[in-house]
Amino acid sequence: MTKLTVPLHRAAHGRTGDKGNRSNISVIAWHPLLWPLLVEQITEAAVLQRFAGRRPSAVKRYLLPQLQAMNFVLDEVLDGGVNDALNLDSHGKALSFLLLDLPLLVPDELAQYLIGPATDVIPTTPSGDKT
Amino acid sequence: MERRAVLRVGCAAGFSGDRTDAAAPVVEALIAAGGPAVLIFETLAERTLALAQLARRSDAEAGYEPLLDALLRPVLARCLEHGVRIVSNFGAANPQGAAWRIAALARELGLRVPRIAVVQGDDLGDAAHRGLLDQALGAAIQGLNIVSANAYIGAEAIADALLAGAEIVVCGRVADPSLTVGPALAHFGWARDDWDRLARATMAGHLLECGAQVSGGYYADPGYKDVPGLAWLGYPVAEIDESGDCVITKPAGSGGRIDAHTVKEQLLYEVHDPAAYLTPDVVADISAATVTELGPDRVLLSGVRGHARPAELKVNVCHENGWLAEAEISYAGARAEARARLAAEVLRERLQGLGPLRVDLIGVISVLAGDGEAAPPAGEARDVRLRVALNHAERASAERVGREVTALYTCGPAGGGGVRTALRPRLGTLSCLVPRGQVPCSYSFVAAE
Repeated sequence: MTKLTVPLHRAAHGRTGDKGNRSNISVIAWHPLLWPLLVEQITEAAVLQRFAGRRPSAVKRYLLPQLQAMNFVLDEVLDGGVNDALNLDSHGKALSFLLLDLPLLVPDELAQYLIGPATDVIPTTPSGDKT
Repeated sequence: MERRAVLRVGCAAGFSGDRTDAAAPVVEALIAAGGPAVLIFETLAERTLALAQLARRSDAEAGYEPLLDALLRPVLARCLEHGVRIVSNFGAANPQGAAWRIAALARELGLRVPRIAVVQGDDLGDAAHRGLLDQALGAAIQGLNIVSANAYIGAEAIADALLAGAEIVVCGRVADPSLTVGPALAHFGWARDDWDRLARATMAGHLLECGAQVSGGYYADPGYKDVPGLAWLGYPVAEIDESGDCVITKPAGSGGRIDAHTVKEQLLYEVHDPAAYLTPDVVADISAATVTELGPDRVLLSGVRGHARPAELKVNVCHENGWLAEAEISYAGARAEARARLAAEVLRERLQGLGPLRVDLIGVISVLAGDGEAAPPAGEARDVRLRVALNHAERASAERVGREVTALYTCGPAGGGGVRTALRPRLGTLSCLVPRGQVPCSYSFVAAE
């Protein structure tokens, strides 16, 4: 079975919210058949690594299978939050786009459920591994 | 039990500063649908109340939503004429002042003065409550200059005011979803410990409380998530039934989109544990919630459950917190990026010792600097805006940032232009929990004049 690697935003969408120095980011499958891939690959560890530059003190994932959605809560990632941050985006509104750039391995037969242009893929080696 | 008609709640503002032309189409949709209807405006973010409190310090009659007139003027006559009641937290730091202003506005418009109720109890900023805050916050609050302290209060006083005949209910810091729960409680006559129904109405309120964020706002991403008519978004209406379940929809012919995906995004917005969304009214649990598309721009939310409300109320305390200085200058054309980077070096050297200086190269990397996001090596960008920012406790020190950036006109790299500087007071926020019994809430009618 061959697989392709795509940015997560072809399989899911999401939204960032903030409260104080805590950010929450939803990840919602575009199609129920894509949901198991998210559960398997978009883990707390993957998100922790993606946000390493912000040194989160905790990353927690909540699953909502009825909605084919997950909610990530990241503690202390907003440079102090809207009251203290020097970042232009003091709410961290853009962070969902950072998360949705994570790579996702998708079996070929599920590619039909992805959204966006077919050219939006992450280049891989011939064996299918991510470069 | 008598079966009550569906209650329609329309939301025409999701924050202080939202579009003032949002309400009219919502009100027309409510009137066209017929039946009991309420219009809400949610205008208080975490810090809005502190800003309102500062406004009230310099003008005793101020301190409520500055756009109050602009929000109400287009719809007040139609709401009064058709029995659409209005519930809002636009009272901010001065609900009484807002109520008086609404009465005056009605007279100016040649309308009868409506029955206006004001909800009290959230404001804990006076000397009488200082002991309560000291107890809850301990050492953390000592030595701070407190600007505001407000409890997030719930829906009960709103419901009581509506049951007593209020046509307009003006609140300060109530929890955002309570603006919807209050009318639902009053309309359906639910028991006040009917946690499942309260939770469902709470999540209806949650979907409404950010205005257009459920109907296509904060959503569009061209080619991936297209939203028709983004310039003319329809604001949402929730049709709440006797069980508390709701259908989210929007005015016919308006722009935007309501589908399962826009609803899911807003359902999880600013939620932490989906099984325990804490409000003063109930602990809502959306872990088994479902959304169902019933038709174009019509989505049903169901499966929400509720648990007993928390014994304590959340209190936000805002305090003075120094100054934020920001300044920007542009470099364009050949070697623009190199010139901007040289300017940044100059600023770092000149402002050394003042505190951590944030440096962004807008057009190269800014918001996601430090996030491993293609932070490029010194490159060839030809249009770069250098932006620096710094926090400082002392105004005089913070002012140096703007002066140093301005000096780059004559002392910095070649061709720097378009300097803008800003100096703003910062507010800090502390949160604590206080026993519910310490925060009695009530409503009163504005005396007819």
